[in-house]
Amino acid sequence: MQPFTTLTSTALPLRTENVDTDQIIPARYLTAVTQEGMGDGLFSWWRYARDGSPNPDFVLNQPQYRGSKILVAGRNFGIGSSREHAVWALTQYGFRAVISPAFADIFYNNSLKNGLLPIRMPEETVGRLLDLVEEVPRTSICIDLPTQSVTLPDLNDDTVRNLEGPWSFDIDPFRKQCLLRGLDDLGYLLDKEERISAFEAAASY
Amino acid sequence: MGKTLFEKIWDAHVIAQDEGAPAVLYIDAHLVHEVTSPQAFATLRERGLPVRRPDRTFATMDHAIPTRIGAVELDWPDDAATQVRTLRQNCADFDVPLFDIEGDIQGIVHVIGPELGVTQPGMTIVCGDSHTSTHGAFGALAFGIGTSEVGHVLATQCLMQKQAKTFAINVDGALGHGVTAKDIILAVIAKNGAGGGVGYVFEYRGEAIRALDMASRMTICNMSIEGGARAGLIAPDETTFEYIKGRTYAPKGDAWDRAVAHWRTLKSDEDAVFDRELTLDASALEPMVTYGTNPGQGVPVTRQVPRASDLDDPAERRSLQNALEYMGLTEGQPIEGQHVDIVFIGSCTNSRIEDLRAAAAIARGRRVANHVEALVVPGSKAVKAQAEAEGLDRVFSEAGFEWRGAGCSMCLAMNDDKAGEGKYVASTSNRNFMGRQGPGSRSLLMSPIMAAAAAVNGCVTDVREIL
Ligand code: SF4
Repeated sequence: MQPFTTLTSTALPLRTENVDTDQIIPARYLTAVTQEGMGDGLFSWWRYARDGSPNPDFVLNQPQYRGSKILVAGRNFGIGSSREHAVWALTQYGFRAVISPAFADIFYNNSLKNGLLPIRMPEETVGRLLDLVEEVPRTSICIDLPTQSVTLPDLNDDTVRNLEGPWSFDIDPFRKQCLLRGLDDLGYLLDKEERISAFEAAASY
Repeated sequence: MGKTLFEKIWDAHVIAQDEGAPAVLYIDAHLVHEVTSPQAFATLRERGLPVRRPDRTFATMDHAIPTRIGAVELDWPDDAATQVRTLRQNCADFDVPLFDIEGDIQGIVHVIGPELGVTQPGMTIVCGDSHTSTHGAFGALAFGIGTSEVGHVLATQCLMQKQAKTFAINVDGALGHGVTAKDIILAVIAKNGAGGGVGYVFEYRGEAIRALDMASRMTICNMSIEGGARAGLIAPDETTFEYIKGRTYAPKGDAWDRAVAHWRTLKSDEDAVFDRELTLDASALEPMVTYGTNPGQGVPVTRQVPRASDLDDPAERRSLQNALEYMGLTEGQPIEGQHVDIVFIGSCTNSRIEDLRAAAAIARGRRVANHVEALVVPGSKAVKAQAEAEGLDRVFSEAGFEWRGAGCSMCLAMNDDKAGEGKYVASTSNRNFMGRQGPGSRSLLMSPIMAAAAAVNGCVTDVREIL
């Protein structure tokens, strides 16, 4: 897993609630037997017209947001199907963090296992961030995982001055360490072998 | 203070809880299907690891496979065939039992688990599929996981998990005629919102729940995830034991008696405290229909599509407007009478024999409306065989429904069962997301009898009028 420490990037505003994983990556991209090739399918219903040409109205196709590594979205991001392909699509496209007032449980877990940082922030703050990045697309957002904070480094800029910050966010301390070091759960679980065997023996499994 | 059912199962399966780390939870049964497993098996190969407990792992193929009767593998789309072949290879290499489409036990993973008796009270059950919550109907803690976690369970039979909070959903009273389990769960989600259960495990309780058969309980637990919950639970009782008894993987002889004695203890204690509660009166419920693009956007069939001006929250207003624009519906229009093009009876929510019997009772002696394309997709080969033994396939065929083989089919439109652009689908599945049933498709979720009534009338119908 790719470690996550700090990230400074512009952000892509997705002012939509209840974005489900079928929207993030539709079923037809699930036919793969590897993780590759998901980035092209990211948000494909919204991103492409039915003939496959890019839909200029969709924010992902707008040049001012090209290269953004942070996605800011409405609440309940990632509901629906457990497909980890949704997270692979986001990371392969280039996203490293998603900010939303609320995430679906499975999506949240899947993100943490792939070095994609999901950040929960209050509805009001997310609303202000959306306003800001829609109005001033070049605004940088800085995410610092060690201090669990989000700041706007361009704060001296007149347009951003009115936003408070820095904001802090919560993350499970264990998950934070895994992200900082790029560790996955498998090593940790394999180390529990003795406990697992003892449990199986005691329960006559 | 007493414990909830969730806490009892949880506590019995935590094998380690290091300071500052999530719990390590032992998994009793792991269900595997072709779509979310290939990358997990690849991880095992990369690290040179075996499947730790192939005897606790069960695989089948359901998502990508065609359901057209007579579809031969040679004609399958390449990618579906590749996924199926990959699964076969992985199961062979890692000694995992596979219920192959070539055999007679294959079906939707959440239909065959219970059918085989793999699903038992008090177990922890996972699968790389969000509707694993279905198995909670047996008082098992069952939830969907991502592909990384599928790899963890294959390798160690364990998962790292944070303990969820508990949410009691009490459904008192008795359901009216023509009102079903599907209507209960659609009403719960409409009330609580698609994200209302995030961080919780639901426990469905009360008189109306106790009165339900296992198929109906599975329908309810199945859609817990649509309410945002991690899992859904129903305490096991005589109905549960009766269902499990004699099934392939069920305990036998003395082991059965011991198991039942243990299962009887699996209920929330009288003095257990839930973190949240919601109470519904079953007698006030009506058949439900969704009008929007998430399962929380549903109304009783006698009501109108909501108006944005009725909503206080700007985000909900926007969400409603976007949904209606996609759905081509108008604020304030009655949902009854809404035109439908396609009817899909199937999916892990409503494809069991009980669902097909109920739908067939509506179809019997009637005809599918001329403009409607209707399909019935049994959840498993066993359901299909039982339905055929009862003559339900003929009832459906004579009424103009197409009778299919077992699989997920138009629930997720991974195979060629897709609704066309802009088509309205009266569907017994669980998700009405944009494009879920095919690019541009518009899903109206409802119960099997409501879907059968919609097929016959060619529009959304209050099934109680023709019962
Ligand atoms: S029937 Fe639908 S919801 Fe159920 S497992 Fe298959 S695709 Fe998923």
